[in-house]
Amino acid sequence: MSEITKQSLSELVENIKSKKLSSSEVTKAFVERSEKSKELNAYITEDYTNALNKAKKFDEKPNLDHKLPGIPMAVKDLFCTKDLRTTAGSKILNNFVPTYESTVTQNIWNEGAILMGKLNCDEFAMGSSNETSFFGNVQNPIDKNLVPGGSSGGSSSAVAAQLTPITIGTDTGGSIRQPASFTGTVGLKPTYGSCSRYGIVAFASSLDQAGPMAQNVKDCALLQEVISTYDEKDSTSIDFKRNEYSKELTKDIKGKKIGIPKEYRVDGMPKEIEDLWKKGIEYAKDCGAEIIDISLPHTNYALPTYYIVAPAEASSNLARYDGVKYGFRAEGENLIDMYEKTRSEGFGAEVQRRIMIGTYVLSSGYYDAYYLKAQKVRKLIKNDFDDAYKKVDAILTPSTPSSAFKIGEKTNDPVSMYLNDIFTVPVNLAGLPGISIPAGHDAKGYPLGLQIIGKAFDEQNILNIAYAMEEKINFKNNITDWWIK
Amino acid sequence: MSINLKTIKHISKLSRISVDEKKVEKLAGDLNSIFNFIEKLNELKTDNVEPLTSVAETTLKLRSDEVKSKNLRDQVIKNSPKENEDYFVVPKVIE
Repeated sequence: MSEITKQSLSELVENIKSKKLSSSEVTKAFVERSEKSKELNAYITEDYTNALNKAKKFDEKPNLDHKLPGIPMAVKDLFCTKDLRTTAGSKILNNFVPTYESTVTQNIWNEGAILMGKLNCDEFAMGSSNETSFFGNVQNPIDKNLVPGGSSGGSSSAVAAQLTPITIGTDTGGSIRQPASFTGTVGLKPTYGSCSRYGIVAFASSLDQAGPMAQNVKDCALLQEVISTYDEKDSTSIDFKRNEYSKELTKDIKGKKIGIPKEYRVDGMPKEIEDLWKKGIEYAKDCGAEIIDISLPHTNYALPTYYIVAPAEASSNLARYDGVKYGFRAEGENLIDMYEKTRSEGFGAEVQRRIMIGTYVLSSGYYDAYYLKAQKVRKLIKNDFDDAYKKVDAILTPSTPSSAFKIGEKTNDPVSMYLNDIFTVPVNLAGLPGISIPAGHDAKGYPLGLQIIGKAFDEQNILNIAYAMEEKINFKNNITDWWIK
Repeated sequence: MSINLKTIKHISKLSRISVDEKKVEKLAGDLNSIFNFIEKLNELKTDNVEPLTSVAETTLKLRSDEVKSKNLRDQVIKNSPKENEDYFVVPKVIE
């Protein structure tokens, strides 16, 4: 048996079920590796003692029928966890201890998994490099001073560095797929309405979705099966027949029609991304898929649309942080002064910027010119996908326009940071599922990902395509443990 | 279009985020570059397009109107930044 932390989720589940490993042994191994990996700054809050106690309790009376029996797991700090601090990466929630549990995490604990701690992320999930977190940068285990992507940067770093066998993130414009691509891991953004948003700190409610992040496609499918449930506590949760994604997983994708959108060949895209995409097309053909050229004509308008819709919703969602009901409060001379100081000191620069953009585009006299316009363009973007899906079953694109960049490289120019999400944002605007899988390396040896976009509720299909391609690609992540002394 | 300092101060007031003079300059620069980027949408004619308000093509479900959780006062108050057993405490509002 290989070293515990090197095992995939599926292997660990198998070994615990066959009693070759106990939950305590597994939990101890991941806790010890996490302890040795503080330099990555992947955790905001550790809960190791409780995790070890829960593992011991599990071993005394193991329920081996569960899907995640005694599996330790750290989760993004955007999910409310009962009695464990939940910060959303913000000073304003620095001392917030939820009195309830998010539906997605509850689903995970119901299947026997054990919480190890809360993972770092961009403040309120607003960022593409984990640099907006109040709790500091996260290191990418691929190389020192490299960003792990964002906003689920602590999650991607922790999975790639094997501090947790698997994790969950959230994705509003690419926050699962982009960090997965930057760290050589697999990340799935499910269809809007597939996973409940109840108990997730809200950023942009018409775009936010939770999803699994893993070392391989099979693990990703298993976790998706656990977290995706209909939930009446979320009015946008959709009641559809969910697959048993991991059981129904197949590499047989013969005859599947995969679309290649010409508009994703953006100006200034590095040649290595273009080459990766071509290689991806060959892999898909090798798997028996049929490649079809398609057009998504409004692709170039997706990012500007997103930067109206998302900040507008955020400005409304974040109005609740007023220093009265929970979270940080700054003292003021009167009520208004208290609000203004609390929000000025409690939110970081990027969050303030987005609240202001959102407030402006929703303000009197500008609503039609910006917000309504963006909603109309959003419709055109969705129509593009609807038209494409008359001809194809899925769409293949690069996940990101570049590999991971250095910490500090893009912090001074918000627009260059936003461009990171050029290939992922259209998927959120249309509410579709998308998965990023590692597919190669650039000249520096940094991982690059490919994205497979599916029809709404067709997670099984894109998981199957990813599963088949994963075998052909045979990607190996190059992690040297440089941060462990 | 250009967002001037007066507009920034107005948005800051609406957002209930205080900004000092130094921050106003930086914000104006950032917001102008973001809005230049957003202006791209004006290239498109959208007069006859229906706005998309939700991607979830489903009608809202009805549920029976019954209380499911109650006696949550202690939980609701628990995280309040200023302690008082029964109330949220704020600076004086009425003279």
